Amino acid sequence: MKAINFCFQIHQPFRLKRYRFFDIGNDHYYYDDFADDDILTRIAERSYIPAAETLLRMINDTKGRFRCAIAISGDALEQCEQYVPQFIDLLKKLADTGKVEFLGMPYPNSLASLADADEFALQVKVHSDKINELFGQRPKVMRNTELIYSDEMAPEFVELGFKGAITDGAKHILGWKSPNYVYSAASAPKLKLLLNNLKLTEDITRRFSDGNWESYPLTADKYMDWIASTPQEEQIINLCMNLETFGELQPRETGIFQFLEALPRFAAERGIEFWTPSEAISKLKAVDTLSVVHPISATDESHDVSAWLGNRLQKEAFEKLYSVAERVRLCDDRRLKSDYWYLQSSDHFYYMSTKGQADGAAHSNFSPYETPYMAFTNYMNVLSDFIVRVEEQYPMSIENEELNSLLTTIRNQATEIETLTKETASLRRSIEQFNIEHNLRTANKATAEAAQPELVEEVKATEVKPKKAPAKKKASAKKSGK
Amino acid sequence: MKALMFGWEFPPHILGGLGTASYGLTQGMWQCGDMDITFVIPKPWGDEDRHFAHIIGASQVPVAWRDVSRDYVEQRIGNLMDPDLYFRLRDHIYADFNYMRTNDLGCIEFSGRYPDNLLEEINNYSIMAGVVARTLDFDIIHSHDWLTYPAGIHAKQVTGKPLVIHVHATDFDRSRGNVNPTVFNIELDGMHQADHIITVSDLTRRTVIEKYGIDPAKVTTVHNAVTPLSPELLNVEVTRPKEKTVTFLGRITMQKGPEYFVEAAAKVLRLCHNVRFVMAGSGDMMEKMINLAAERGISDRFHFPGFQKGKQVYEMLKASDVYIMPSVSEPFGISPLEAMQMGVPSIISKQSGCAEILTNVIKTDYWDIDAMADAIYSIITYPSMHASLKEEGLKEVNQITWDKAGQKVIDIYNQVLNRK
Repeated sequence: MKAINFCFQIHQPFRLKRYRFFDIGNDHYYYDDFADDDILTRIAERSYIPAAETLLRMINDTKGRFRCAIAISGDALEQCEQYVPQFIDLLKKLADTGKVEFLGMPYPNSLASLADADEFALQVKVHSDKINELFGQRPKVMRNTELIYSDEMAPEFVELGFKGAITDGAKHILGWKSPNYVYSAASAPKLKLLLNNLKLTEDITRRFSDGNWESYPLTADKYMDWIASTPQEEQIINLCMNLETFGELQPRETGIFQFLEALPRFAAERGIEFWTPSEAISKLKAVDTLSVVHPISATDESHDVSAWLGNRLQKEAFEKLYSVAERVRLCDDRRLKSDYWYLQSSDHFYYMSTKGQADGAAHSNFSPYETPYMAFTNYMNVLSDFIVRVEEQYPMSIENEELNSLLTTIRNQATEIETLTKETASLRRSIEQFNIEHNLRTANKATAEAAQPELVEEVKATEVKPKKAPAKKKASAKKSGK
Repeated sequence: MKALMFGWEFPPHILGGLGTASYGLTQGMWQCGDMDITFVIPKPWGDEDRHFAHIIGASQVPVAWRDVSRDYVEQRIGNLMDPDLYFRLRDHIYADFNYMRTNDLGCIEFSGRYPDNLLEEINNYSIMAGVVARTLDFDIIHSHDWLTYPAGIHAKQVTGKPLVIHVHATDFDRSRGNVNPTVFNIELDGMHQADHIITVSDLTRRTVIEKYGIDPAKVTTVHNAVTPLSPELLNVEVTRPKEKTVTFLGRITMQKGPEYFVEAAAKVLRLCHNVRFVMAGSGDMMEKMINLAAERGISDRFHFPGFQKGKQVYEMLKASDVYIMPSVSEPFGISPLEAMQMGVPSIISKQSGCAEILTNVIKTDYWDIDAMADAIYSIITYPSMHASLKEEGLKEVNQITWDKAGQKVIDIYNQVLNRK
């Protein structure tokens, strides 16, 4: 028995408009809405919508034997809601089939997992909430930004409630091992790992329409043959790709949609099933633990994080960005918070990559900037303005720790005030009662003698905190004096 | 292979980039081996580097016969020319030029600069070329820039040897479109007579093809390169100013777009006070620029130290944080490469030929003062921007060497010679 686990990723960043240094402090709107609209609408028409329709047909035609997983970032969801809401409806339909699993990820497809665990946790939680709200399911498997993963992250994933994670089958990590098994994380054995099969993924994403490739043209029949011919005991083939592979990277006329649609039939002929990541994790046992000391990713030939943090430009921007993480989390300004997340999209760092030749070419293809230097300048100008806004809320002259203690004091004071007001109220009530009773008593003075039992009652009312009672009385006396 | 080159400038006595480029190329070709180059310049000073080429001074080439003794020649011009060569040249005088203003040795005196009677000097240079061409043995003629095209054509007519002309600039670059018809005709004549045309950038190549109507098959681009700087220059000592410095180095003329630099500076200074701007050089727009800076109210931060030469250039670069070249039309532009060699991040206009081969610089349109100001701000504000451009730029510029350019020129020679 073999199964294929298809994971489709959808992400679109909020692209930055051209932002000059003289805009710093003057202009707090950073985004190129026109470009976002333009690009998203184009990709949705050419890729997302036809691809989702194809997936829906595949599920219906196979009566649910075809399944897959989708990881969609918060940024992409927001943009889709704004520009192509019909795509959200399609995703809801996919979710309603019950055969599509939605995966967890940091909301803005950020690099937070490499910088700040609290920030990462927050982004994953908010993303899960959003997925739950839209599609009625809470993600159980983590698919971090561009499949970034390291040992350090595994316990965090578990803590956030994830049972598994999908990451890259990087050669330098696997060595002789095969990606077609379930592994468990060395640092958190509870967490099961699914590894992308790079070769079979790239056969579709990169080579599908390459006329110079020896296996061109690739048919569903041939592809399933390859999967079927993997060793008997290798049971799970994980294929993680961007959804825009279908229709955008590989245009419609290459026959990519027909290829996709034909897969279930040829899979069925060979007894190959389709599983969602959760199914794979629950059905299969981990064969071994996998240790990943340095973070890996699915990007570039090196399969590390150098595409985003490979040069000093990227490092400076990254450090500046996360230097204010704690402050932004402390504040209540919603716009500041959402800007902070939009600025965290990994794409902004990708545009700054100066990696040469083979890899660099891929970078420049996806960049709206002419050069990495321009990408950096624009981003830093925006970030400078953003930091000015953060500073307006929390001056940088105050250390994070000091700020924290100040805020704790304020919060503690708030709770203290609350309890005090409650006590004041209750004391006031008892005083009123006392007065009423006192009046009654004076009225019944003739009958007299009843003063004692009322005093006892008063003692009972303040019995809860007898030591503090005198102070409260003073406070209440003052207040009632007003 | 023997090449006869005609040039106008040669280091160390240079007025612009032409001399530097001619020198670098000649040396680069010599490095490729098997090249015997004779380089004719109007007026040598005797301190030129002669180990890779024979330098002939046009001012020492007789065009009228004088009965002089060997000793006299030795004493008069021995430091500049071998007397034997003088006599050989004298044997090849082809007409009586006594009506011209010649000196005691029968030579025409050249200024080697760009005097008012430049056209006359160009003509004299071509007369002199006839003598040289008749005397020497060579396979190919190579003329650097329009001043020497007539000489090249003359040499070609006399010997029938193929002519390659090297376009370092065209009058379209110098005049922003208002071409001088005389100059244009000299250029056009040279291009028509040439067997092959070398341009210093694709930008210039397009000008040659589009504005002069030359067959594209005849025009090849060979980008300029840089000569590695001596350690002495690399390590010149300067006291770095406390404030950031942004430098413009070059002739202050229309072609170089100085006004865009002033405007960009004004934008930066509006928000950022810890920076000074320097416009080093001289030219016909200098006064206008001084006035413009005053008008923008930035004269206290915008400085005009005048023309810099030799070591001063490198001292100035060393003290800079940013180098800027906003040229409106720059056939190549070697100075940003020198700045990069000195580890200074550069901002150049997209209308510069060197933009075609450089990656680790900031390129903006010359008129886009917003982009220029933004780039200046970025380099002086974000440390990694400065460091990254500095280091990557240094790596990059060290790869741009003259021997590679020299090899391309030799390939063109072979192509031209084999076609014949």
